[in-house]
Amino acid sequence: MKLLNAVAGGSPDVVQFLTVMAICNTVVPIKSKTGAISYKAQSQDEDALVNAAAQLHMVYANKNANILEIRFNGSVIKYEVLEILEFTSDRKRMSVVVKDCQTGKIVLLSKGADEAILPYAFVGQQTRTFIEAVEQYAQLGLRTLCLACRELREDEYQEWSLMFKEASSTLVDREWRIAEACQRLEHDFEVLGVTAIEDRLQDGVPETIETLRKAGINFWMLTGDKQNTAIQIALSCNFISPEPKGQLLLIDGKTEDEVCRSLERVLLTMRITSSEPKDVAFVVDGWALEIALKHYRKAFTELAILSRTAICCRVTPSQKAQLVELLKSCDYRTLAIGDGGNDVRMIQQADIGVGISGREGLQAARAADYSIGKFRFLKRLILVHGRYSYNRTAFLSQYSFYKSLVICFIQIFFSFISGVSGTSLFNSVSLMAYNVFYTSVPVLVSVLDKDLSEGTIMQHPQILFYCQAGRLLNPSTFAGWFGRSLFHAIVVFVISIHAYAYEKSEMEELSMVALSGCIWLQAFVVALETNSFTILQHLAIWGNLVAFYVINWIFSAIPASGMYTIMFRLCRQPSYWITMSLIVAAGMGPVLALKYFRYTYRPSKINTLQQAERMGGPILTLGNIEPHPRPMEKEVVSPLQISQPKNRNPVYEPLLSDSPNSSRRSLGSGAPFDFFQSQSRLSSSYSRNCKDN
Amino acid sequence: MSSSTPSSSAGGVGSADSAAPRRNSKRPKYSKFTQQELPACKPILTPRWVISAFMLVSIVFIPIGVVSLFASRDVVEIIDRYETACVPDGYKNDKVTFIQSNLTKQCNRTLTVKKRMKKPIYVYYQLDNFYQNHRRYVKSRSDSQLKENSSWDDVSSCKPEDMSKDQPIVPCGLIAWSLFNDTYNFSLNDQQLAVNKKGISWKSDRDSKFGKDVFPQNFQNGSLKGGATLNLSIPLSEQEDLIVWMRTAALPTFRKLYGKIEQDLQPNDQIHVTLDNNYNTYSFNGKKKLVLSTTSWLGGKNDFLGIAYLTVGGLCFFLALSFTVVYLVKPRRLGDPSYLSWNRNPGGH
Repeated sequence: MKLLNAVAGGSPDVVQFLTVMAICNTVVPIKSKTGAISYKAQSQDEDALVNAAAQLHMVYANKNANILEIRFNGSVIKYEVLEILEFTSDRKRMSVVVKDCQTGKIVLLSKGADEAILPYAFVGQQTRTFIEAVEQYAQLGLRTLCLACRELREDEYQEWSLMFKEASSTLVDREWRIAEACQRLEHDFEVLGVTAIEDRLQDGVPETIETLRKAGINFWMLTGDKQNTAIQIALSCNFISPEPKGQLLLIDGKTEDEVCRSLERVLLTMRITSSEPKDVAFVVDGWALEIALKHYRKAFTELAILSRTAICCRVTPSQKAQLVELLKSCDYRTLAIGDGGNDVRMIQQADIGVGISGREGLQAARAADYSIGKFRFLKRLILVHGRYSYNRTAFLSQYSFYKSLVICFIQIFFSFISGVSGTSLFNSVSLMAYNVFYTSVPVLVSVLDKDLSEGTIMQHPQILFYCQAGRLLNPSTFAGWFGRSLFHAIVVFVISIHAYAYEKSEMEELSMVALSGCIWLQAFVVALETNSFTILQHLAIWGNLVAFYVINWIFSAIPASGMYTIMFRLCRQPSYWITMSLIVAAGMGPVLALKYFRYTYRPSKINTLQQAERMGGPILTLGNIEPHPRPMEKEVVSPLQISQPKNRNPVYEPLLSDSPNSSRRSLGSGAPFDFFQSQSRLSSSYSRNCKDN
Repeated sequence: MSSSTPSSSAGGVGSADSAAPRRNSKRPKYSKFTQQELPACKPILTPRWVISAFMLVSIVFIPIGVVSLFASRDVVEIIDRYETACVPDGYKNDKVTFIQSNLTKQCNRTLTVKKRMKKPIYVYYQLDNFYQNHRRYVKSRSDSQLKENSSWDDVSSCKPEDMSKDQPIVPCGLIAWSLFNDTYNFSLNDQQLAVNKKGISWKSDRDSKFGKDVFPQNFQNGSLKGGATLNLSIPLSEQEDLIVWMRTAALPTFRKLYGKIEQDLQPNDQIHVTLDNNYNTYSFNGKKKLVLSTTSWLGGKNDFLGIAYLTVGGLCFFLALSFTVVYLVKPRRLGDPSYLSWNRNPGGH
């Protein structure tokens, strides 16, 4: 109310404040045919500010080359933009230099992080109220910005402008030179006020984090926000648990000694509590992180290994990348997910980079390995697609070794009965076609194989442990496949040379008998290892077998080929077919028996879930037998935790807010407006979360 | 403040939302294949399924094994190993000298028929320890030369038996050079027993692998003779001994067809064999055997398939039985969620 009245009354402070909100940005307004104005912004913060200003009757209406047009209370004010001092993560602020077209006054308008603005206030200004406001907003989990301005004298601007132009056109160290030039101008601010924006969580963030935690994934939150903001956001998305269950440790300090001491204290606590079922997390800010990474890397690495959860606030893009690198060096597989341009380095550094393409642009999405639309899709990406992909890759690679080894072993065995002279049992056509035509198609279709249905995986995220522990592709599974190939080679070789002995031991015939024995075994091995048969799998496995015969009949019909008439001759012999079925039975029997035994009496978790899935029902009754947090319950709980997910459409909403409970974006100013009504709640939550720091 | 701002903010939401341009959806066209949602059947290894599979295999395999074994046992076979017996006593310690000398190699053997043998009776010679599958041996032949008269000088792959006195050898190569040259003459009750040597080779070989207009040239006229000589006036397509020999064997022990006796033999018939023991297997300790054999639907006498079928069938039966016993003694509920470790101690990872 007061604010609106002030706006209506045209209080100069407020007007100036709103002007900064509306102008100090790189937003481009777009007028639609109906006259409504929409804004195109690079960051949603700017978008939010401009929209908020518009709500307060300070409408940023038009941009025409360098001339900005603002409508305020019915009057149109024009500004000419002289210079834009772009935002960098080092300076943590951005400024514009504008000239009022009516009065000709040149003004520097700045907005930035509190620590980038407040210290540069002109001597004599009281910044205490601003600092307090920033603190309070941060505790609400809001993202704060300080707005400031300074009037420039004409000659001061001209002088600076020359310097800035020179800096912009230098070839070496340009970034640094520009920063220096900006520094020249950005001082003696008149701080106007503070804005706070709620960076609202997307749908399903807490559930996603909880599910992925269950799947054994540790989370680190790396953010450029202030510490309190970060902690509040972390609490709201289940990232850390409130006091009785969770514990939050703080690493801070301005000097090396302080950081060292606090690091050691945290490490000690961490070691003690590591055995307790308590969610311990640590918080570190950018400055302390810098020192820790520089001087106490070893201690910090140990801490990184011990902790399942960490919050790093006020970190720069390069620190994000450094942290990822540190975790990678601890033998962790890292996945970085982010949506902003400042996440790009981290995304590129990580083993797996995931970009969220959203309103902040596509920078992150372009740099990433995977690009998704919402954070909650990460759950499906990892649990479903990641897991299937691992399973299929594990099968494909081991199977490829297996099928090649079978042929190699047979050749080796044959060399012992051919005077170790290196004669190939198989003719050149078979050797050429074996890997390409005869055995590749059935396994290619294993891209459709699903061991468990997606629903089951989502209900039992713990099954991902199997993939993390590398249970499907490790030396022992490889040894299993190796042994299988050896066994099958022995079966094929022994049976063919005994069944085709004496008068039948003709080279070309024996070669085709052994080869078709291999192909038959391959078909059955793939069939046994396939978990779900779609029509394509049947087509590929059995069609491949038919194709093998067709190809060989074709070759057998060519008089010039070495195997002329061989396949027709073989297919007419009953002994050939009897030999084939013997090879299949002798080769697959033990494999099937072993698999069945392990499947039934030593089932892996995957097997148990497969069985449960097939038996139908048990998965649902399972929750009744031993209740533990199920996704079903979570869906009910989540709306209570984060407010109104249903009627929330865009992720970031430019809204004014009067109370923190409404969980909308709040906006305030440093002017003594009312923002203290919720203090009690704030302080309580603050003490609850940060007591033990 | 609390009363007025929410309403204005609500308007803000609406305008921002509607103003956001509806982009063309990038959603890929839905198909069950690309979304991997094809209907799938997911068989699992239930005890019933596995036990009946093993049972089925044993039920099918054991009879086939019995039938195969009977078929093999029905085949009557007379094997006579003669390479040592046909060396005169004085040369027993120096067989190589004997075989390389000019002494007469003729040798008489007597075979007794144990069981009735129905025609046709196949006459084989069996060589042991003869590596016809050796790489250099296998490759030492020229298929184009055998097939076409025009390629008579294509002997590049035939080394070391490619040229003789600067003339190409037809048929060239080690395989042809080492052609088996023992001969057998059979008589029963002082009556000559005719051996039909026509049609002992594959018809496809006669028709398309060995040329009708290709005649032997310069064959076996070098200093070192490997084996049989060929009649220079008969085309290769009719030299059936050669054609049989050129089908190299894959194993070091092999039989090759010598001819067919188109006459039934009765039990206790005494067959006199007059053989020329020309072929030198002594230098590599090879054995030579003369084999007379009938045939069955499964081929010659070979118990392997029958025994293997019985073994596999028996093992499958045993497996099926033991799985059944284990299943009955120690039943186990499939897919019992209590086997999931994380269900046993919730929260513990």
